[in-house]
Amino acid sequence: MNLFFALMFYVATALFVVGLVRKIVDFARTPAPLLIPTTPAPTTTGGVVLRMAREVVMFESLFKSNLWIWIFAAMFHVGFALVTMRHLRYFPEPVWTWVVLVQPFGLYAGLVMAAGLAGLWARRFLVERIRYISTFSDHLMLALLLLIAVSGLGMKFLVHTDIVAVKTFFLGLMMFDIQPLPDHAGLHVHLFCVALLLIVFPFSKLLHAPGIFFSPSRNQADNPREVRHLAPWAAKLEAKN
Amino acid sequence: MAGPEIKAPAFREYPTIPVMQPGSMAGLKPFVANDKVQEALGFPTQLAENWQDTHDAVIAKMGELLGKYRSLKVYMDACVHCGACTDKCHYFIGTQDPKNMPVARQDLMRSVYRRYFTPAGKLFPALVGARDLTREVLDEWYTYYHQCSECRRCSVFCPYGIDTAEVTMAGRELLASVGYGQKYSNEIIGKVHKIGNNLGLPGPALENTLEGLMEDVKEDTGIDIQYPLDVQGAEVLLVTPSADFFAEPHIESLIGYGKVFHAAGISWTMSSKASEAGNFGMFIGNYDQLRKIAMRVREAALELGVKRIVVGECGHAWRVAYSFWNTLTGVGAGASDPFAIQLQSQLDHRYKQPSHICEFTWDLIQRGAISFDKEANDHRIITFHDSCNVARGSRMGDAPGGQFEIPRSIIHAVANKYVEMRPGTTHEQTFCCGGGGGVLTDDLMELRVKGALPRMETIKQVVDGQGVNFLATICAICKAQFSKVLPFYGFKSSMIGGVHQLVSTAIRLGDK
Repeated sequence: MNLFFALMFYVATALFVVGLVRKIVDFARTPAPLLIPTTPAPTTTGGVVLRMAREVVMFESLFKSNLWIWIFAAMFHVGFALVTMRHLRYFPEPVWTWVVLVQPFGLYAGLVMAAGLAGLWARRFLVERIRYISTFSDHLMLALLLLIAVSGLGMKFLVHTDIVAVKTFFLGLMMFDIQPLPDHAGLHVHLFCVALLLIVFPFSKLLHAPGIFFSPSRNQADNPREVRHLAPWAAKLEAKN
Repeated sequence: MAGPEIKAPAFREYPTIPVMQPGSMAGLKPFVANDKVQEALGFPTQLAENWQDTHDAVIAKMGELLGKYRSLKVYMDACVHCGACTDKCHYFIGTQDPKNMPVARQDLMRSVYRRYFTPAGKLFPALVGARDLTREVLDEWYTYYHQCSECRRCSVFCPYGIDTAEVTMAGRELLASVGYGQKYSNEIIGKVHKIGNNLGLPGPALENTLEGLMEDVKEDTGIDIQYPLDVQGAEVLLVTPSADFFAEPHIESLIGYGKVFHAAGISWTMSSKASEAGNFGMFIGNYDQLRKIAMRVREAALELGVKRIVVGECGHAWRVAYSFWNTLTGVGAGASDPFAIQLQSQLDHRYKQPSHICEFTWDLIQRGAISFDKEANDHRIITFHDSCNVARGSRMGDAPGGQFEIPRSIIHAVANKYVEMRPGTTHEQTFCCGGGGGVLTDDLMELRVKGALPRMETIKQVVDGQGVNFLATICAICKAQFSKVLPFYGFKSSMIGGVHQLVSTAIRLGDK
């Protein structure tokens, strides 16, 4: 079991990092030949940074379009972010101060995250339009995330596991020294699902996370009359004149 | 026309999200371009006889587009099916066909993208909603990528800014590149290449038309107002949609432009070579066509030696001019090829290049160079319809939002009675007229009528509530579409008109 999880995490981490870097490089290298920012578009790079920050942190466009999705999405994402921060305590020794400070928030965030996921999933059944566009993988993705949340909360509120041993396992993993993992079904489910999440990340719609930074309608400055924007392949057409 | 009579959908008491009617628009396809039309643009004339050849060609082209357009690549990957866009498209609201929901329209292509370009779709197609490219899929693309007006309303609301217009453009580009082009758009592009404008109006006919117009205006005002063509050394080159030359109500705005130039004493000309501001190359998503059409304007500007380029009332034309001309032809700043450099040195950079006619007129108003008798418009209660491509794909003036403020400021300067339509349906959230993006053709009349529903509902509110009798806009397609579709909803088609039609009514032409 120890070996299985150790290997799985090595493979998952490698796939996650390599897959994501490849995809980001691919996004970055693909040219955007025309300026297509969507109104309201800022005219300067500074404005673009602010706009992107509002989109990433506050989901500005989603807020304008659908309050229910915004609420559930915000619950999930903010919850997930805090939970992830809380889990950073498993990696450094001694634990960084800010990670210590975030601990109590991370706990409630787990509940909020699960509630957000449940809300998002409910929409896939209850709203006709969302039901129509949902694929099987959309459901599986929510199932996976919810399973991670529920198994994690279960270890906190129902059947505890030996978290000191868990930390020893991960510290060992980072030094390529495989340590025993507690024999705890909830923990095994939790870790298995997390590894699975890392694996599917670069091959699924989770690419919306890096994708938004490369979305031309959101990351371009609206200055076409002042600055000429020319993609390399378009510049080659010019040479033919 | 054959087939059942087209009826407008009923006004909704409250603008609730409609119930889906799957397949309700599956039967509506625009006419396919014939061999001659396709050939003129250098596209294959027919689909390959062997399906496998077409299949391979589509997939190869798709790979090429994914490599050339970051928009397409990111948009194919980033959608999470959150559903935020599902109630934002006027065609979904009007037709209730779920494939007209932006995400579903994208998924027609995304499902194929996944199958051929992603590991997940190659390994587990059923799981991730991936599907093989079949003839049926291609037909479905043809149907639904011609039920999108590329208005970009969905892109405003998408949390990742996914712009269905980009997907539609790619879809049309794929179709045309394998011999499955749309007759309406491609035929028009052919006319521009051959004759110089969308309507196929040759130089001499244009000259006649403008002479006639001059006489009409003289009869009307008693003043010799010029509508010059191909005048060497004029200060301004006006490039306007060819509909302005004779369609109603478009021509009223052209009359207005002439009066503005006359009153301000600025010399201007139109060009028989660049007698079209519209650029359907954008509608079919083809960069080469887009560029080739735009080049005509650069050539005309160089030949005529003008100092300023001004664009008339046309929505997508302004998007192309404002957002793309500098990229395509180096009209603004920063281009390095000899023609662009020549153009740069010739143009007067105290002014924005290109300028919108509204920017031009508003500048004159602010400087006090033209003045108005606002009472002349008192018989009109006016509302302004923001056209998609101006609202969501371009700008005017120096600050963000100028494309909303400047036309409204002009209306306030020339008329007394003005009403806004319901918030959430104006500015960047404006509803399409239902006829933009290459669907302004009789073979898509059912789509045009149904897609106009959300806009018609907001018009009804201001007509019933505030007595609005004039719908001002700055888009040739909006004008043509509204003229035709307003009567389906019980309005007079004469209520649609241009902003410069209002200018024309109120402007003082004699002594100031």
